[in-house]
Amino acid sequence: MNGPFDFTLSLADDALIAAQRLAEWTTRAPEMEEDIALANIALDQLGAARLLLSYAGELEGAGRDEDALAYLRDDREFRNVLLVELPNDDFAVTMAKLFFLAAYQLPLYTALAGCADERLAAIGAKARKESAYHLDHGALWVKRLGDGTEESHRRMQAAVDQVWPYTHELFVADPAAPVDPATLRPAFDEVVGPVLAEATLTQPGGAWAPAGGRAGVHTEHLAYLLAEMQVLHRAHPGAKW
Amino acid sequence: MYGNDFSAPNGATDEASGGLLGEVEAAEAELRAAAARGRRGGPAPDEDLAAYFAEVVDAEQKIEPRDWMPDAYRRTLIRQIAQHAHSEIIGMQPEGNWISRAPSLKRKAILLAKVQDEAGHGLYLYAAAETLGISRDELVQLLLDGRQKYSSIFNYPTLSWADVGAIGWLVDGAAIVNQVPLCRCSYGPYARAMIRVCKEESFHQRQGYEILHTLAHGTPAQQAMAQDSVDRWWYPSLAMFGPPDGDSTHSAQSMAWKIKRFSNDDLRQRFVDMCVQQAEILGLRIPDADLRWNDERQAYDYTQPDYDELMQVISGDGPCNRERMAHRRAAHADGAWVREAAAAYAAKRAGQKETVAA
Ligand SMILES: [Fe+2]
Ligand SMILES: [Fe+2]
Repeated sequence: MNGPFDFTLSLADDALIAAQRLAEWTTRAPEMEEDIALANIALDQLGAARLLLSYAGELEGAGRDEDALAYLRDDREFRNVLLVELPNDDFAVTMAKLFFLAAYQLPLYTALAGCADERLAAIGAKARKESAYHLDHGALWVKRLGDGTEESHRRMQAAVDQVWPYTHELFVADPAAPVDPATLRPAFDEVVGPVLAEATLTQPGGAWAPAGGRAGVHTEHLAYLLAEMQVLHRAHPGAKW
Repeated sequence: MYGNDFSAPNGATDEASGGLLGEVEAAEAELRAAAARGRRGGPAPDEDLAAYFAEVVDAEQKIEPRDWMPDAYRRTLIRQIAQHAHSEIIGMQPEGNWISRAPSLKRKAILLAKVQDEAGHGLYLYAAAETLGISRDELVQLLLDGRQKYSSIFNYPTLSWADVGAIGWLVDGAAIVNQVPLCRCSYGPYARAMIRVCKEESFHQRQGYEILHTLAHGTPAQQAMAQDSVDRWWYPSLAMFGPPDGDSTHSAQSMAWKIKRFSNDDLRQRFVDMCVQQAEILGLRIPDADLRWNDERQAYDYTQPDYDELMQVISGDGPCNRERMAHRRAAHADGAWVREAAAAYAAKRAGQKETVAA
């Protein structure tokens, strides 16, 4: 990656796509309280995405606002990690995705809050408080499901196994970025290890580390997500909403 | 608020919602005043319970959960509050249908927050019903078994983005007109719940109004989308007030108990009168050729909704009844293993604590 525009865009896209996936749970959550909680987290991600996209647009200086960036780019121009675009699957998979993402975003936003770029620092300072809540929420469900019933344990372990390989992409080194993701790995491991252990879950090994999102090479899932998200906006070019 | 821009829209002030927010605030002040006046702590040992109940209701004081109340009053309230709660929960579906496709990020955030508010209303109302001695689980089961109803309006489909605006303007608008009088309901927990709910509904109504206003002042395709939506939602919204007064089974007793304050037809009229002006500002046509001001009545004459259609939708044969129920049942069934896991985990935790304490 090069430059603060790409870096900001990659964070924005992580948050935007995560919000889009989480919002899919609305009216479908296992409990009504959880419907509200997932909407809360989706709103946090969406709020962060909007701030980051607006700032990315300013950095680019080509007149693109948050909506131009969200609705008028194709999948190859999106810079999010693969983790966030994976389908929700069952609640265990969604919680694995949420937990791992939050365990990355919390140290990321914390580091960002101290970076030299004032705008990014302000966004980081706001978002890290939200990430701390997301992490608590995700960790609680990982523990409940891991150490709940036999069925929930089986599903939670399967979810962790399924999602784990996608966590490696979060930490691909980018020494020139305002925050080098590689430096966040220890904080992630420190949080994730004990939660999985308490949840009686096994931390997966294996060398498979799918990646490509930061370069715009995604899974097959993203284009469908974008087709749905962008359809109405694109059907009315130039319209105000 | 979640980092999003939720400022009040242009041109949509409390006047646009017919001054209803002001009435909610007045009801809230009244509630506080009634609490401050206090009522007799309870009936004397040898006093007639029914007479004491009547005295409290007549004095515009509130019946509270501990108080004696007629069985029929309790049953009526449980049915009404539960059906209201079910409506909030089922009502999330038609609007939730557009979250993923909202045409701007700002609209997406507002819609997501709105649907989330409706879930909150549902929980809040289930909690009010629980004060009457029934559990939320039982009530949810009654909904899932089809033994309790929800508002018929949510059995209509949302076919365009404009429907999100029309639901906000008309459906939330009708809900407020219906619910503002409930802020003065004789049952305290319901009255208090309604004050909070009405405040949020009036916010939803403004947001819907603003969506339609933007569309009605947008491209020709957007204008057509907005008009089509009002054409489809107008009569079902009028039907939200229920059958005409002559056919309404529960009204008279509910009025006497001060659960209900105005008749279905009075509320419907009020809604029509409120909407006419707003439609003019929006630049949208209300699909009623016979809509006109009646100087004698100081109200608009209007065409009644199709009550046969209303009965058909209530009895289960609306466009989306089956889908709405299937969706709710599926969410409930798919989540069963998660709820069981949460319960098992909590039980293990409680067991561990006891072991430590022992
Ligand atoms: Fe509501
Ligand atoms: Fe509402």
